[in-house]
Amino acid sequence: MIQSRSEKIYQIVAHIILMLMVFCIAMPFILLFMSSITDENTLIQNGYSYFPAKFSLTAYKYIWNQKAKVFQAYGMTILVTVVGTAINIAISAMLAYGLSKAKLPLRRFFAFYVFFTMLFNGGLVPTYMMYTGTFHIKNTVFALIVPAFMMSAMNVILIRTYYQTSIPDALYEAAEIDGAGPFKVFTTIALPLGKPILVTMGLFAALGYWNDWTNGLYYLSGTEGQKLYTIQNLLNQMMSQIEFLSSNSSAASAASSDIAKVPQTAVRMAIAFVAMLPMLVIYPFLQKYFQKGIALGAVKG
Amino acid sequence: MANVTEAKAPSKSMRKFKTWAPIFLMMAPGLIYLFINNYMPMAGLVIAFKQINFSDGIWKSPWIGFKNFEFLFKSKDAFIITRNTIGYNLAFIVINTVLGIALAILITDIRKDGMRKVYQSAILVPYLMSIVIVSYITYAFLSAENGLINNSILPLFGNTEGVSWYMEKKYWPFILTLVNTWKGIGYGTLIYISTVNGIDRSLYEAASLDGAGKWKQIVHVTLPSLKGTVITLTLLNIGRIFYSDFGLFYQVPMNSGQLNEVTNVIDTYVYRSLLQMNNPGMASAAGFYQSIVGFILVLVANLVVRKIDADSALF
Repeated sequence: MIQSRSEKIYQIVAHIILMLMVFCIAMPFILLFMSSITDENTLIQNGYSYFPAKFSLTAYKYIWNQKAKVFQAYGMTILVTVVGTAINIAISAMLAYGLSKAKLPLRRFFAFYVFFTMLFNGGLVPTYMMYTGTFHIKNTVFALIVPAFMMSAMNVILIRTYYQTSIPDALYEAAEIDGAGPFKVFTTIALPLGKPILVTMGLFAALGYWNDWTNGLYYLSGTEGQKLYTIQNLLNQMMSQIEFLSSNSSAASAASSDIAKVPQTAVRMAIAFVAMLPMLVIYPFLQKYFQKGIALGAVKG
Repeated sequence: MANVTEAKAPSKSMRKFKTWAPIFLMMAPGLIYLFINNYMPMAGLVIAFKQINFSDGIWKSPWIGFKNFEFLFKSKDAFIITRNTIGYNLAFIVINTVLGIALAILITDIRKDGMRKVYQSAILVPYLMSIVIVSYITYAFLSAENGLINNSILPLFGNTEGVSWYMEKKYWPFILTLVNTWKGIGYGTLIYISTVNGIDRSLYEAASLDGAGKWKQIVHVTLPSLKGTVITLTLLNIGRIFYSDFGLFYQVPMNSGQLNEVTNVIDTYVYRSLLQMNNPGMASAAGFYQSIVGFILVLVANLVVRKIDADSALF
């Protein structure tokens, strides 16, 4: 097909606008990175800048010297993400599998039971009082895994729909005739055949855990809670208390000369960069699933 | 013994039980989790009518009727947080819809496959970042002493004094809207892209044969095809208009008290009252207000969706 003149112009304009968009998306990240490799004195004089007068890796060296805390926070994030996502997918898939059975007794009741949680919720106050007062999860690792993120009704419904539309009943029946019990049918048929949707939903669950800082904010406090900080909680704490990273920060009387040595202005940006790096690295490999997941949500809600 | 006859020819209900018990067992963890995480707090909403005493818990605290609500609605906070929550959400809905559709049309029209994929991937990157990281980035721009804007941009325009961004209320409606757009636009755009990709290509060919140029094709084919998605998403967002992204309003303004009048929304108010101001009564009243009005709005929104397009309704 021959491109008309107006079509050519349209393509050029579209590219220009979209490149501008990519520019707007990228520039804030670049500022963060450039600031993190700028010399501390230059930062104090000229502020955060795209074209620093003097480069320095002191901020990263400082973080490396305090690596115990950073590594521990990263370890916590990874632990919470892996365990949380695994539980999330397991209980969501099993619930969705049951709901996908056309003959399930009380099926409408259970479907409504799941769905209603999307319409109405108790909010922070009762949730907080219940988790701290009844279940005593304050300052335990459960505080980071259990509240809010362990299951989403939306994901259960999407998985159920996938099971209903993509796995023919005949497959289950064939397995049952072969003598497979209900658990066996689930693990040998529903789990492997549901892989596309389970991977996608798992990815969003993992993203939720990886980026979460609210559970830590609500349920972790004091030195006891700080031991459980994830990387996001660490960042949150450092926003107001930059010297938090140094090992003796808990002492309120931390020698001021000690704090002065911290390249505060640069460290702020360096630690944020360290925290976001894994996501930037992993995204190109997973973007297909993210895009698919969002399109799925578009079908319903 | 009755069991003997049953063992020989198990009754219908017994057989039913045997078939479904393992399935229910599999469903149980999920159902129990929803009970704990969602249903127990729903019942706990009654705390709004009680004098909260943390050591007595939700059930043993004494009843005080509507006192918490009286205090809340007599304060000027009730108006401010309602106005801010609804106002920001309305702005976000309009901007994300218009900009999301525009970007989706541009991206799907790009002919070079490689570039189209680059744009489509790039737009989602900010969405994947935690709001804490976003607040660090905002700080790099806005910090009064070290920020890029005060040090490098304002001096270009002759302003060497700088602006105390985290103290000045008037800028924040724009800043928060900008940050929200930057972070969230990718999600909406990808939804619209998947809808645009679903439009029947022959409609465009027919329009083009009729002599419709690019603009007319957009107006007469693309936009009408997006109508259903726009209506559904908008109404669903209106159903959630009483809720906001806690991190955006708490973390990005760095919890700055001077900005409260323009950054305080119901979610931040509930959190601050509960855990920072030690005023759980107000928190519970505001939370109750949010849950109930939110619930009514979601029901109404869905009712409207069902009237317009039954297939798009949630229920």
